[in-house]
Amino acid sequence: MSNPSSATMSQFRHSATVAIADIQLQGALTGATNKFVNGRITALTELPHANALRDHFKKIRSATLANLAHYLELFEERATTAGSQIHWAQTGQDAVDIVLNIARQHGVKLVTKSKSMVTEEIHLNAALEANGITPVETDLGEWIIQLAGEPPSHIIGPAIHKTRHQVAELFSKEVGRPLPADDIDGLTAEARRLLRTQFLAAGLGISGGNLAIAETGTLVLVTNEGNGRLVTSAPPVHIAIIGIEKICPDWDAAATWLALLARSATGQPMSIYTTAITGPRRANDPDGPEEVHIILLDNGRSQLAGTPYEEILQCIRCGACLNVCPVYKKAGGHAYGSPYSGPIGAVVTPLLFGLEEYAALPQASTLCGACKDACPARIDLPRMLLQLRQDEVAARLLPWRERKAEEFAAFVLGREGRMNFFTKLGRWGQRPFQHDDGLKLPVNVGDGRTLPSLAPKPFRQLWDEGAVE
Amino acid sequence: MKKVALCVTCIVDQIMPEVGVATVKLLRRAGYEVEFPAAQTCCGQPFFNSGFAPQARDLAKRTIEIFEPYEAVVLPSGSCTTMMRVEYAHLLADDAAWHGRAQSLAAKTFELGEFLVQQAGWQPAPAASAPSVTYHDSCHMCRLLGLGGDSRQLLTAVGCTLHEMAEADRCCGFGGLFSLRMPEVSNAMTAVKLDNAAQTKADILVTADPGCLMQMRGLAAENQHVEHLATVLAAALENQ
Repeated sequence: MSNPSSATMSQFRHSATVAIADIQLQGALTGATNKFVNGRITALTELPHANALRDHFKKIRSATLANLAHYLELFEERATTAGSQIHWAQTGQDAVDIVLNIARQHGVKLVTKSKSMVTEEIHLNAALEANGITPVETDLGEWIIQLAGEPPSHIIGPAIHKTRHQVAELFSKEVGRPLPADDIDGLTAEARRLLRTQFLAAGLGISGGNLAIAETGTLVLVTNEGNGRLVTSAPPVHIAIIGIEKICPDWDAAATWLALLARSATGQPMSIYTTAITGPRRANDPDGPEEVHIILLDNGRSQLAGTPYEEILQCIRCGACLNVCPVYKKAGGHAYGSPYSGPIGAVVTPLLFGLEEYAALPQASTLCGACKDACPARIDLPRMLLQLRQDEVAARLLPWRERKAEEFAAFVLGREGRMNFFTKLGRWGQRPFQHDDGLKLPVNVGDGRTLPSLAPKPFRQLWDEGAVE
Repeated sequence: MKKVALCVTCIVDQIMPEVGVATVKLLRRAGYEVEFPAAQTCCGQPFFNSGFAPQARDLAKRTIEIFEPYEAVVLPSGSCTTMMRVEYAHLLADDAAWHGRAQSLAAKTFELGEFLVQQAGWQPAPAASAPSVTYHDSCHMCRLLGLGGDSRQLLTAVGCTLHEMAEADRCCGFGGLFSLRMPEVSNAMTAVKLDNAAQTKADILVTADPGCLMQMRGLAAENQHVEHLATVLAAALENQ
């Protein structure tokens, strides 16, 4: 399955319908998201002042983004002093070109990667392959979906939709002999053995970045498998690509950030590895890359500053909103047609990649608000979904029949006389569609749902008749 | 006698008037004279939620004009209460005069259960017999208004046994026009909710939101009963 790079209403509904019918997938989704949700709640309960910490974090994020240019320049200055090379990429293509140039300079044929949503965003793997460079994903989940040829379906658990049986099948194919699905240790050992040779052979390691600390020019990576360390230290060259919004003023703020990130994401107090990279290998370092390049990617982010959507830049990609989202939990990540799925994806994807191409996403929500409650930065995702819906109406992206129906309904409800007239008409008009098991209108409401009829007498009539005792 | 205006909501008015009748019965039992401003239609929520802000704004202004003369406004709907109490101020933020009127109305607008418990201080006597129930927390009511405890308190007071379901605050899948735009996803979400409720073996699945009620009833099996809070409470009063 390739990434469709769009989510129209029919695409989203089709993909969601397939996902809903897939019992294995539904089981995997429910199991994984519930595990994350329970883990998050437990991990936050362990903190003495989790809610105060979230409020504090919100302030840090707002204040930093209000001075984004200052902190980015400070980061550039300090990281350069530390020996890293900073590159500014306005678009995804710019970032891809920078990576390709560096790879060419070093004659790189094999690249190891640690998990990075930004490289999914800019379709880096496809560009590398098109230029004769082999990218190998080394995060277990990312490697699984790379073998399957699929895009990630969750921000932190890219292969969340795969069962161990499906994983065993993929691995068996890769090693050329059958591997038992019940032996999870055996499967991971096999992955470790296969990936180890790649780590040592790669000429270039590419990572994302969870935060960039301006004070010291440090890039911070959180991982659980140790692959991030190998990717960023074994090859002679390391490139990190990070969105400009992931800037953090100083280590104090980073402490708050890190206290919330893993707790919100996986329910861990901290991830197993927290890697801080400040420049390349120094003279007396036993290992590390000769060159560290940090690409600061804009790709539409800076244009959100000063708009009603600025708050979305506070996102730290923990995925907590996906795990609590009742729509995501049924539709799965692939329906969103973007590396960013769930509530955060429904907001950020149309903003970065086009509202028209992703017209279904602002509609893919009941505005239930569970996402806002779960967000460590308390981002008001429902408010932004509402705003995007207004943008869709203004840009005439809804089918004209829907628009006309809404305008007509608002006209009818604008006066009680009109409402009385048209509901009376409706009572008469619904008769041919009334059956024993409910109203059957020529409207698609999915399988099994009964529509309600208009009552024989509305409440207002009962009131007028004095029948309300 | 203290007076209260009933905003019955368009769904209750046109589709489930018995919920409105039950609401009036409860308010009167709690010692209030109920008034029903006949000009009321819809609070504008469906338009607001689907991005039709100008239409929602017109209906909001209209609703403010109709209800601002009253001392208190009560709605048998968590989401319509949220619309009037929380969203009107957002919708009319750019107009100082209307924004002020929206805030004044918000301060005297109440969800039914909340009003009965917190404003009226009403404590119903237990019924001779009452059904066992499980309570669905509708999203806007529990997350934006922080309400749900009052509903449960009232149900318990009239003698209902409350069996909490798993994920009581998980969305029922309605979401207004979402249920028509993405019916497959909507129905699948409702199936989870109905299953969680069924596992409690309670006689009735109760909610304080007509929208959720319509959605869940539309997909519930024949032997699974879904009722409005007002209906269950009023029926128990008959049985005292």
